[in-house]
Amino acid sequence: MLTISNLHATVADKPILKGLSLTINAGEVHAIMGPNGAGKSTLGYTLGGRPGYEVTGGSVEFLGQDLLALEPHERAAAGLFLGFQYPVEIPGVSFVQFLRESLNAQRASRDEAPLSGGEFLKLAREQAALLKMDMEMLKRPVNVGFSGGEKKRAEMVQMGILGPKLAILDETDSGLDIDALRIVGDGINSTMRKPDKAVLLITHYQRLLDYVKPDFVHVLAAGRIVKTGGPELALELEERGYEAVAA
Amino acid sequence: MSQALALPTRKDEDFRYADLAALAPLWPVAVETIAVAAGESGHLALVLDGDQPVARELAIVLGQGASFDLRVLNAPSAYGRVAVRVELGQGASFTLGAAQLAGGEQVVEIVTDVLHAHPDAVSRQVVRSVAGGQATVNYLGKVRVAKGADGTDGVQSVRAMLLDRTATANAKPELEIFADDVKCAHGCAVGELDANGLFYMAQRGLPPAEAKKLMLQAFVAEAFAGAPDEDRLLAAALAALGRLV
Repeated sequence: MLTISNLHATVADKPILKGLSLTINAGEVHAIMGPNGAGKSTLGYTLGGRPGYEVTGGSVEFLGQDLLALEPHERAAAGLFLGFQYPVEIPGVSFVQFLRESLNAQRASRDEAPLSGGEFLKLAREQAALLKMDMEMLKRPVNVGFSGGEKKRAEMVQMGILGPKLAILDETDSGLDIDALRIVGDGINSTMRKPDKAVLLITHYQRLLDYVKPDFVHVLAAGRIVKTGGPELALELEERGYEAVAA
Repeated sequence: MSQALALPTRKDEDFRYADLAALAPLWPVAVETIAVAAGESGHLALVLDGDQPVARELAIVLGQGASFDLRVLNAPSAYGRVAVRVELGQGASFTLGAAQLAGGEQVVEIVTDVLHAHPDAVSRQVVRSVAGGQATVNYLGKVRVAKGADGTDGVQSVRAMLLDRTATANAKPELEIFADDVKCAHGCAVGELDANGLFYMAQRGLPPAEAKKLMLQAFVAEAFAGAPDEDRLLAAALAALGRLV
């Protein structure tokens, strides 16, 4: 599904990713762990196409397309979802309007008919219920006045509504209490644990991985993947620290 | 309210940023007088979205306890000027909600002169301007509080959004106060669309023009909140935004 080959990227002319390679197949859940400053968030933003994150080498293939040649909204329509570590507030624009227009823009680019207001609300209601989020919250402006945990939950509702093929979730577990962590974990499993979908979890901690079991765990350090293993690698990292394990 | 017949020059403060060449054939501008009797209320929505230069001049006189709600969509595809003079009686209330949209090399402007002539009157001005290309958007707004007009409450909220670094916004909220017990506030900001917000929206699948339109729609909607014909104004603003982004 996703093949990253020798990816190099800079932010403000500073090299952050230095030859990162990673392959994710459909049906797999991968976790990337690593110390602060290793380039974890940069990887997410670079794959999402954020302005200011410049690719200086390597290639990324996503579902048979050259991902790096696509604009950010085209990447979304191709099936890439980026869950933000810090979801952005957009005053005056309701979630419902924003998501319906986003989904219908994605559908239009795939030559699918737009969802009517009623059809969209039904879908939104289902996804909100899955994440135990009050539908009334989706009538409010995007992320405005939401707590950190509510923002993360709203990210998962958006993921459920948009139905991506690949979700890159950047520290979706940060800011969540124990109950919310389980709800978010269940949401990820029910939306994305499917044979034709895949997940890349970017996290600092083992705890999300108790709910969303990864097939592969990678250690990212200094802009490259330095070690890959199964779920046991996350436990080992938790116990011994990045420095000991990645050395 | 008499007006000199000679075309103003840039030395006239109210015309400092005007497109005088576009104004010349419209000069002199006829003054439209609106009088609201004591205790009465009125409202008017001006939608300027044609393709010809336009200049309007309103003189509004509010009697004791009268109120008036004026909304303006200043979005022609040529020069657009709306000048408003208001004189408030005791306890009167005036609301102005205005959105201005300009692209290309257009100039659009709103010039206000709100006189609190008597005590306890309230004025609220909300102006939201959007400029792209090499366009210029202006707001020159004076609030004058006469001697003895205690209990005056005047607010000016002025914000402009520049879509391109080549666009210009001039904002000049002014207070002239000759009374002691007054509450007057003005806020003024010129900015750009939030780049983080635009990327966030793009990441969810919205093409850039749609994302901008959605953000700008929310921005100009602040000028029309609570208007008697809010829906019609928003629809017209949205259509004008579509031409801009």
